[in-house]
Amino acid sequence: MKGFDLWAILNNADYTAMLLHGIEMTFVIYIGSWLLAMALAFSLLCIRFSPFRFGDRLVAGYVSYHRNVPTLVQLMLWYFGIFTLLPDWMTSWLVAHNAETIFAILGLGLCQAAYFSEDLRSGLRSVSTGQMEASKALGHSYLSAMRFVILPQGVRNALPPLINHSVSLFKNSSIAIVIGAPELTHAVKEVENLSFRTFEIYVIGTVLYLFFSLLIMAAGAYLSMRADPLRGAAR
Amino acid sequence: MINDMIAIISDHWLLLLIGQYPNGPLGGLANTLILSALSIALAFPVSILFALARLSKWRMLRWPVTALVYITRGVPLLMLILWSYFLVPLLTGADVPSFVTMLTTLVVYQGAFLSEVVRGGIVALGHGQMEAAKALGHSYLGAMRFIILPQALYNMIPSIISTFVSTIKDTTLGYVINVPDLTFAANQVNNQLLTQPFQVFLILAIVYYAICWSLTQVANIIERRITRRRAGETRGPAVPAEPRPIALEQP
Repeated sequence: MKGFDLWAILNNADYTAMLLHGIEMTFVIYIGSWLLAMALAFSLLCIRFSPFRFGDRLVAGYVSYHRNVPTLVQLMLWYFGIFTLLPDWMTSWLVAHNAETIFAILGLGLCQAAYFSEDLRSGLRSVSTGQMEASKALGHSYLSAMRFVILPQGVRNALPPLINHSVSLFKNSSIAIVIGAPELTHAVKEVENLSFRTFEIYVIGTVLYLFFSLLIMAAGAYLSMRADPLRGAAR
Repeated sequence: MINDMIAIISDHWLLLLIGQYPNGPLGGLANTLILSALSIALAFPVSILFALARLSKWRMLRWPVTALVYITRGVPLLMLILWSYFLVPLLTGADVPSFVTMLTTLVVYQGAFLSEVVRGGIVALGHGQMEAAKALGHSYLGAMRFIILPQALYNMIPSIISTFVSTIKDTTLGYVINVPDLTFAANQVNNQLLTQPFQVFLILAIVYYAICWSLTQVANIIERRITRRRAGETRGPAVPAEPRPIALEQP
């Protein structure tokens, strides 16, 4: 049994290169799926608030599916299931372009969109109806009232759950290891297999995840502070 | 396609339900449910201890547990599973089945999450309860046991159920250390068939959906009932508490 020695890993150029690549891919997956989820969440919200009853049901079904099925199973369904049903030209294109990462972004993004859209919806619902009536009385159209009055308040109300779910999306990006995406956990396992220094590399992996999670939380806290309308005002 | 799925279920339902039980370890859906139920049952007392430690006035108790809770919440569950896969056999010195490894991980992980809920419940009660209990001659522990915890925990019932749901979803991650659960069984079925992965994983998703959805409905009904009862108890104009859907923890 070798003694505890972090530098055996950190001083090795190969290992650090693997870890850095893992961090890079984790962020590719994280940022990709975050953007996809946010865009989709706003689209779902538009369908929810549109007058069609059918669209409402559809979105409710979408949210219910993605919240009640484990993320791992969703990723498996995408990568092992839907991947095989695609036409050949698409499959070969995907294989040539890092299919694991693409499906990880797709699966995590679609799943997270359900959570984000629910956060935004409850944020918007907490804006009182008087706000909409008042802005209409002031001559705003529906869309411009949404844009200038309702959404800024609604998104601000939704910030705390959105930040929490952004952090959990970052943590969930580690699930992509199951479909073989080359992200941070994958890199940790690889270095472990090569170096046999399990304890050291797990400590490094844990510290890295913890650092980035705390960073995202801190960014969220800064954002909520900036968004606070009472900032700078006498309390 | 639906015929394929029915054929898969009628051929492999036993494997999906209990794994290779008489000839091997218990697996499948039964194991998923047992694992989740056991980990919630064990995580619950752990979470109360964590919460009390975090509210304690002794730093020796407060700081390590606070650190543990923050680390557990800031690190992916997968990383924790890898940790216990490595540490549990090392510490116990025995060849531990992956079921126990997964159970340990889930108890610590859900214990940390639930402890925040318990702590929130206790803090939300306010100082008055504790002061009144002390004035009536209760010790700190007596007040906790008879006055504070019963109130705080009663309000926690819905979040315990939703934690149970997220635990069921979390057990799927045992796949990386080969815990013989439902996901594992579905993969076995898929490896036998090879040609119908989409159908197999769709069945898997449907089963998980059915379980988690119905439990979420139960949690929502109970939460509505508790909200109504609490609204009835408060004097003065009862605030019509809006039944809000329970925010599920993510897997």
